[in-house]
Amino acid sequence: MKKLFFSFLILSLLLAACQSAAPAATNTPLATAPAPTKTPPAAPRTLTVMTHDSFAASERLLRTFEQQYNVKVQILTSGDAGSALNKAILAKGNPLADVFYGVDNTFLSRALKEDIFEPYASPALAGIPAEFQLDAQQRALPIDYGDVCLNYDKAFFAAQSPSLPPPQSLEDLLKPEYKGLLVVENPATSSPGLAFLLATIGHFGEDGYLDFWKGLRANDVKVADGWETAYYTEFTRAGGTRPIVVSYNSSPAFEVIFAEKPLDEPPTAALLADETCFRQIEFAGILKGSKNRDLGEKWIDFMLSAAFQQELPLQMFVFPVNPEAKLGGKLSQYVGFPNKTANVSPDAIDARREQWLSAWSETVLK
Amino acid sequence: MRRAIGAGGRLAVWSAPLAFLGLFYFYPLASILALSFGRGERGWMELLFETLAAPATQRVVGFTIWQAGLSTLLTLAVGLPAAYLTARYRFRGKALLMALTAIPFVMPTLVVAAAFNALLGPRGWLNLGLMALLRVETPPIEFSGTLGAILLAHVFYNTTIVLRTVGDFWSRLDPRLEQAARVAGADRWQVLRRVTLPLLSPAIAAAALLVFLFDFTSFGVILILGGPRFATLEVEIYNQTVGLFNLPLAAVLSLIQLACTLALTIAYTRLAERISRPLSLRPQTYTQKPLTTWRARLAAGTILLLLSGLLLLPLAGLAARSVIRLEANRGESSFTPGLTLDFYRELTINRRGSLFYTPPATAIGISLAYAAATVGLSLSLGLPAAWALARQPQAALSRLFDPLLMLPLGTSAVTLGLGFIISLGRPPLDLRASPLLIPLAHTLVAFPFVVRSLTPALRSIRPRLRQAAAMAGASPRQILVKIDLPLIGRAVFVAATFAFTISLGEFGATALIARPEYPTLPVAIYRFLSRPGALNYGQAMALSAILMLVCAGGMLAIESLRGGQSEF
Repeated sequence: MKKLFFSFLILSLLLAACQSAAPAATNTPLATAPAPTKTPPAAPRTLTVMTHDSFAASERLLRTFEQQYNVKVQILTSGDAGSALNKAILAKGNPLADVFYGVDNTFLSRALKEDIFEPYASPALAGIPAEFQLDAQQRALPIDYGDVCLNYDKAFFAAQSPSLPPPQSLEDLLKPEYKGLLVVENPATSSPGLAFLLATIGHFGEDGYLDFWKGLRANDVKVADGWETAYYTEFTRAGGTRPIVVSYNSSPAFEVIFAEKPLDEPPTAALLADETCFRQIEFAGILKGSKNRDLGEKWIDFMLSAAFQQELPLQMFVFPVNPEAKLGGKLSQYVGFPNKTANVSPDAIDARREQWLSAWSETVLK
Repeated sequence: MRRAIGAGGRLAVWSAPLAFLGLFYFYPLASILALSFGRGERGWMELLFETLAAPATQRVVGFTIWQAGLSTLLTLAVGLPAAYLTARYRFRGKALLMALTAIPFVMPTLVVAAAFNALLGPRGWLNLGLMALLRVETPPIEFSGTLGAILLAHVFYNTTIVLRTVGDFWSRLDPRLEQAARVAGADRWQVLRRVTLPLLSPAIAAAALLVFLFDFTSFGVILILGGPRFATLEVEIYNQTVGLFNLPLAAVLSLIQLACTLALTIAYTRLAERISRPLSLRPQTYTQKPLTTWRARLAAGTILLLLSGLLLLPLAGLAARSVIRLEANRGESSFTPGLTLDFYRELTINRRGSLFYTPPATAIGISLAYAAATVGLSLSLGLPAAWALARQPQAALSRLFDPLLMLPLGTSAVTLGLGFIISLGRPPLDLRASPLLIPLAHTLVAFPFVVRSLTPALRSIRPRLRQAAAMAGASPRQILVKIDLPLIGRAVFVAATFAFTISLGEFGATALIARPEYPTLPVAIYRFLSRPGALNYGQAMALSAILMLVCAGGMLAIESLRGGQSEF
């Protein structure tokens, strides 16, 4: 009996310890003894950045920013990109953070309509190509982009006899020789899935995309819930049965960089033909009601700086919008970019998303 | 002198659990529902009736109930024989078996899906074996995207609930009741049907309710294993909220989900009142016997084989994948899988100098800290609630609160997560970005488990014991400490293991609230799984194997805490 109570006691102590330890741990790193300068520096302010759970950055770069502006940067991740944006919208007026990063062009209109951002005409925008600057009022500033493209398993196509070349266009996917080879993600639950649906709308137009999907269905397209299942379960590279998968133009390069053993060339390739890819652009903005607008501006300038932009590919698997940022060795060697992506405007996406999704679901799933 | 607890005392016992639920459940939920309906163009009643009348909604509700009911029956079919084995027999390795069967409960869905695909997928071992055996070209078993996959995954996840809840109760049933029936001429089947099952029914009902609610609000299993053709209410709520930002419709669907949960729980509490009866619970040394007869050994062997095939084989496949290298060496053209510890080694290297790099030891520590906090919090809230429910099942307060306690299990995580954002955002309670919110959210899920594990045991204590103690002058506190707690000691440990595993495996709420600098093991696993490259995938498998070890280790530790404690 005593032992039982003893274990209760331990558990409650643990609970108490966690409660006091956790918040303390967040505040301590910079609250150390004053630096040996003549004027003691003011206590660092805190800048809070809200983002999705794919956010990553190097510690070195972030510490540089913190030291430069005497600030502690607190990153909050809030689930996937859609969930994070929803939280930012519901916290409007009493924002959880100063800056929100990670709304892409498929969600841009929702963010702008809900009016969560304050405009900021960053001087850094001058060097950013106009194609990325989708918000003329500069409330949402472009940070990075990535192209959702079809990927294929090179070994699979090399081993086919009679020989079968990889598909060269969306239309190829309807041919009988590609029957049962493609896996896509459900656009209702997956961001690359939605991007690929938009690519087909951009290419075939609103009148033609459903016919294309009807054809894909007849050609035995497989629909997975998300990228992880499509890429790591259904794709032939992972032991599945589908040698063509909807992924990113960057995926083949990362197959080399994150290979089990060093590889000479990527085992996969991305199809980069005209109007087969959809470009996702991610934006950041200063949240309305931020109490640290000055620091928020500095953070956005920092994210647009060549130093931060250069790190984007290896940290977050996306590409810099700032042309001054240079891609590293293996990346520039293995990543290809489509010349012409299939585009759909953010406004059209916002207005028609529900309709497209339900029409797609009627056509492909029912 | 009679020292019954007055209405004031009853309220005092209820105050902590109710304050917790009020602040961290009802208030956020009411806030988000009100805000969501406020965004709609029409009144919520109108929207509710329109939604209910829509055939699409009826299909979703129907499927949600249908798959949950089917999953629950199958889980009972697997869990009850296993509960019998562990309750009635002593055998070597039982503690390890119990620890291993808890592991499925904590595994992230994406990883479980990968494990099942390695076994049953188109290129899985089973299909490859059958293709070779039957000399056919196409895989004979179709697994992913079927109702069968959903059911199998639910059984995989929830068998441990039945095994623990029912097994614990069963192990304390006096075998003399069954022996008496045998002596009176009943055959084994009649004893089971007329004596054992009726006596067990309160525990079976409690386990079935918990399993049903888990399956009813299933999300990851439906999406990942069921594929896009299946949708539960929870999946629809997610689609409406995140995909389409149609908050009014999401709120209506949440209400429907809550109403179903409430109706089911009320039905359960009415049933529990009828079937609960005071019993003489006996210590396990008295109720359990070794496996001596060939008949018992055969039955035990069959049950163990079933459990291993269903629960342990997929896990073993995952663990194996974390040490097997599938890519050829540079220059090698042949495909030779080999053994490797590279994935584990890689886990300890921060190759990209990343800000949120977390060494595996740190992630283990964070997971364990949250789990310990959840165990402490849910037990300290659940014990008084269960005690009050068991002592005065007929009291108006108990009848009112009992069904309410279960509601968090039937609530959409997406909806409640947004509720936290809008309701807990003002000082002194700005918890929106606090790591504290994670054990609080875990406790909301663990709390109903704690209450349901404890109540059947508490209810079965003969009132005469307490009355006798009261007559002898014991205070209510003394009765609790000297009679109730010792008699339910085992059930407390069952409750603790549930709280521990719920927290260890929880992903949805943790990812929504996560502070990236404190990732739990499931969050860290997901980070690797969301990136391309064989090395990332291998690391996800390695972390999954570590999560299995942590879970089994934690269960064994809880078990050993109990080991030294005498039961009477």
